Amino acid sequence: MKRKLLAASSVACLMLSGAAFAADLTVGFSQIGSESGWRAAETTVTQQQAKERGIDLKFADAQQKQENQIKAVRGFIAQGVDAILIAPVVATGWDEVLGEAKEAEIPVILLDRQIDAPDDLYLTAVTSDQVFEGKVAGEWLVKDVGDKACKVVELQGTTGSSPAINRKKGFEEAIAGKSNITIARSQTGDFTRTKGKEVMESFIKAENGGKDICAVYAHNDDMAVGAIQAIKEAGLKPGTDIKVVSIDAVPDIFLAMQAGEANATVELTPNMAGPAFDVLEKFKADGTLPPKWIQTESKLFTQADDPKGVYESKKDLGY
Amino acid sequence: MTKLKQLRPQLLALAVVLVLIGLISPGFFSVTVQNGRLYGSLIDVGVRVAPVALLAIGMTLVIATKGIDLSVGAVMAITGAVAATLVADGHSVPVVLAVSLALGLVCGIWNGVLVAFLDIQPIIATLILMVAGRGIAQLITGGVILTFNDPAFSFIGSGAVLGIPMPILIWLAMGLAVGLLVRRSALGLLIEAVGINRRASMLVGVRARFLILATYAISGLCAAMAGMIVTADIHGADANNAGLWLELDAILAVVIGGTSLAGGRFSITASLIGALIIQALNTGILMSGWPPEFNLIVKAVVIVAILTLQSPAVADELSVLRGMLRRKGAKS
Amino acid sequence: MTHDALLSAQGIDKSFFGVKVLDGVDFSLRGGEIHALLGENGAGKSTLVKILTGAYRRDAGAMWLDGQEVEPRSVAEAQALGIGTVYQEVNLLDNLTVAENLYLGRQPRRMGMIDRRRMRGDAATLLARYGVGADPDETLAHYPVAVRQIIAIARAVDLSGKVLFLDEPTASLDAREVQALFTVLRQLRAQGLGIVIITHFLDQVYQIADRVTVLRNGRMVGSRAIAELPRRDLVAMMLGRELAEATAHRGSGATQPDTPAAFLFEGYGKRGSIAPFDLDIRPGEVVGIAGLLGSGRTETARLMFGIDRPDSGQAAVDGQPVTLHSPQDAIGHGFGMCPEERKTDGIVGDLSVRQNIVLALQASRGWARPIPRREADALAERYIKALDIRPPDPNRPIKFLSGGNQQKAILARWLATDPRLLILDEPTRGIDIGAHAEIINLIEKLREDGMALVVISSEIEELVAFSTRVIVLSDRHHVRELRGAEITAEAIVEAMAVPGDAA
Repeated sequence: MKRKLLAASSVACLMLSGAAFAADLTVGFSQIGSESGWRAAETTVTQQQAKERGIDLKFADAQQKQENQIKAVRGFIAQGVDAILIAPVVATGWDEVLGEAKEAEIPVILLDRQIDAPDDLYLTAVTSDQVFEGKVAGEWLVKDVGDKACKVVELQGTTGSSPAINRKKGFEEAIAGKSNITIARSQTGDFTRTKGKEVMESFIKAENGGKDICAVYAHNDDMAVGAIQAIKEAGLKPGTDIKVVSIDAVPDIFLAMQAGEANATVELTPNMAGPAFDVLEKFKADGTLPPKWIQTESKLFTQADDPKGVYESKKDLGY
Repeated sequence: MTKLKQLRPQLLALAVVLVLIGLISPGFFSVTVQNGRLYGSLIDVGVRVAPVALLAIGMTLVIATKGIDLSVGAVMAITGAVAATLVADGHSVPVVLAVSLALGLVCGIWNGVLVAFLDIQPIIATLILMVAGRGIAQLITGGVILTFNDPAFSFIGSGAVLGIPMPILIWLAMGLAVGLLVRRSALGLLIEAVGINRRASMLVGVRARFLILATYAISGLCAAMAGMIVTADIHGADANNAGLWLELDAILAVVIGGTSLAGGRFSITASLIGALIIQALNTGILMSGWPPEFNLIVKAVVIVAILTLQSPAVADELSVLRGMLRRKGAKS
Repeated sequence: MTHDALLSAQGIDKSFFGVKVLDGVDFSLRGGEIHALLGENGAGKSTLVKILTGAYRRDAGAMWLDGQEVEPRSVAEAQALGIGTVYQEVNLLDNLTVAENLYLGRQPRRMGMIDRRRMRGDAATLLARYGVGADPDETLAHYPVAVRQIIAIARAVDLSGKVLFLDEPTASLDAREVQALFTVLRQLRAQGLGIVIITHFLDQVYQIADRVTVLRNGRMVGSRAIAELPRRDLVAMMLGRELAEATAHRGSGATQPDTPAAFLFEGYGKRGSIAPFDLDIRPGEVVGIAGLLGSGRTETARLMFGIDRPDSGQAAVDGQPVTLHSPQDAIGHGFGMCPEERKTDGIVGDLSVRQNIVLALQASRGWARPIPRREADALAERYIKALDIRPPDPNRPIKFLSGGNQQKAILARWLATDPRLLILDEPTRGIDIGAHAEIINLIEKLREDGMALVVISSEIEELVAFSTRVIVLSDRHHVRELRGAEITAEAIVEAMAVPGDAA
């Protein structure tokens, strides 16, 4: 509720401040690259957000290299931009270049990843909370199954990666204390459709042809899409015989949801720039310092949330 | 064709791996018919092995010429991306197949020209396409998973004929076709001759450059098939992940199959058994219920054990040991 | 006896795996002389050089440098004593700069750091003394072999400074580069350095050397001043024959057939490899090719068989002009060739004897028309029997056969293609006496059956015995053709001593 209010107020703020302060803002954006659909969507949304607010966005694609990002940031400083957005490719090695930005009195906002640097070097960081994402998924399942016994199989992300660790942790926190829900099997599907499908096939065989499985929790939607195919090919109905809950909210999962084959997804919003621009405009207007971490919303979508409509709104974002 | 006796080490290793998996997950060998098609973990092994098995067929020939093809994973990504694009644009399956296979062939010929005619070291020559290929695939798909909904094309990945899943039929057919091609013609002999001693072969008039080119072309063709199976399987082309690192599994399959990386004598059947061993391990690990942190360790330990038992040094020791036991048995 | 010598050695013995490769060899080098070390393959030149430069340990004997007995146990120790070496494959690092190569491992230092400026300066001064205008900062790969060679010499002389060994320094240089190298060597000689040079090119020996030492079969034949040694005497020393007794019997190859020349080469040559030559070969004759190592024997064979491309002249088969730009071309016209290096160029080791025998025939049929197994078995059986290949097991990998049996299998490989012209490069090298005689008999028999043969051999008796004609090569020129009664060992040896440019 509180979150909604915040969002509403920022929209209001946008309307008020947009014309007044942002018209002549120039912002540099150092993006990692375009390694995934979500990343491409983030770029698209950032550009959209800038356009709506009349911000002149200077975009630099680092092609997965920190040295390119540092070069881009130095370029932005030299051009004298009003602010810099960085989606950092790694967590370390930023002190020097951020110091240069501070020297030049250019505020820096980090997108979708925290870094290991003194926090006076940047204005704020806008990221999602991966543990919270897992928790939202788990809470949905807890509510959905009620008191019935439920054996869950889990498709983990790449072993050892931080989203895999955190999304697992959050989900387990949500189901802790619910003795009717157990995680029967948990394996890595490497965040890919192919592996998600292969692992789900083996889960189904290992669990009595899938009849014992009540739900599958996938750390991303791609693995969920693969799992849905495996469930169908085993002669079961995904979404009904086996519930499917996952994270990311990429467009394809909404098609599955519309077909009744997926039940819920938690959005990792590609709109990191919106909140970033909000605080930036406030900061420029009256020097309001934002908190050092702005958590993006982890919105839950279910079949009741007009999956077709969401799909239409997302499909052209570049996912 | 290869005699059964020569395949003994590989068949033995496969049997041991299967027995071990059977002990860990007893349901592994149960095969039933469901929805008119064979169903069970053993069938999964046959289906999931398809990409690596196909790659291993081409890789065997390339390695027999003393070469290596690192680009096959990337070629899978390219052909998958192109196939998905064509399917999504509504082209018919024959057109999609023809264009994708032709593309794989072109990729293979590119590698072959670099290696055979420009004399670039195979590892470097194919590294070019390995790196660039994935980029090309990403350009084609625009960096996203290109999904489609076309039952006719998906049939390649998830359909079945007479209850046997298509991927199994495809890799068996390709293995048989290439096997017959190289052993019923003189290709196999000439490829082996080039791999063992290229200079001597060229001096007796063997067209070594052409033969080397041909092996890379076949490898490209196999990669194209693998790429289409993967794409059809998930109803989409994932340029970032399709075929990622599969070149290494294919090389491993060839090595387990006993073909030396130094070139020379080869056996496609043995490489296919090598691929089956790798996939049986993968599926077995998934069935075991162990935490994923153990996946790679278990796989590595088993493969090291297999390769150790196959190494000439250990084989000599074993045969000495066998001889001693036999003599002992004869005495008593 | 060793007092006037800069470097001397006495009674050097060396065995490898029980085979004596050096047997009581004496050697003596004076300061300010260029000394050529000569001998055919396997004479022991390389082994002697490796012992004198510390790379090998000798089994017996002693060596002195400046009258002091020395015992170098490594190349580095020999270097420290003053003995430097430049090997045939220049042992420098292509990806480093000229200066780095010159001072590798002994870079001038200042306060613990490499003093690059001084290194560059030193390098420039050093190179200037050798008349090489190479940029010390350029990578070595930038320069041609000749310049690298001189840089290697500069480094070796700078390191050691008394004695310099050069192993085939001119093998990959053209005539102009050879002269540039010789200028440097003469300069070093004038500075009092003792230089030992190993080479196969006799014309160069006469140009540059003051003295020669000849080795044969691990023994020293003699050491002479070049000015007192006529060329034919030198060749006789190398071949180890008393010319008077060289009267091998003539076989039945004596008569030249009346048939027209089926294979004709006119003005056929390749710069830097073999001077243009004329050669015609008739069915039913054996053309023997004689010459010392490096005289252009193998080069002639390679050119005829299309392995190398000629840059002058034309070839004709049965009066029709033909292009021979690859072995396939040559094989297409009915040629076959057994190469000199059996292990690297001949056998396909891991393949069976049968597969090795059918390989050439299969290659000419193309991959799409395999030889049926039954036919391959029949071919293998026939030739195993006809040539008495042992063991008579067609399935055995050929690498497990003895050298003589491998050679027979390779001959069988070509006979299976039913060739019209067979080129044999040293067919009897390194095989046992029994197989040797069998191969000679086979050559005679093939000639009687009407095949045309070109046989290269270092065994002069052999050539005398079976050749219809003998072509003698010297310094990469075909210098003489001997026919019928002219073919004697003496005449061949005499012709081998003729300088190439005198032909």
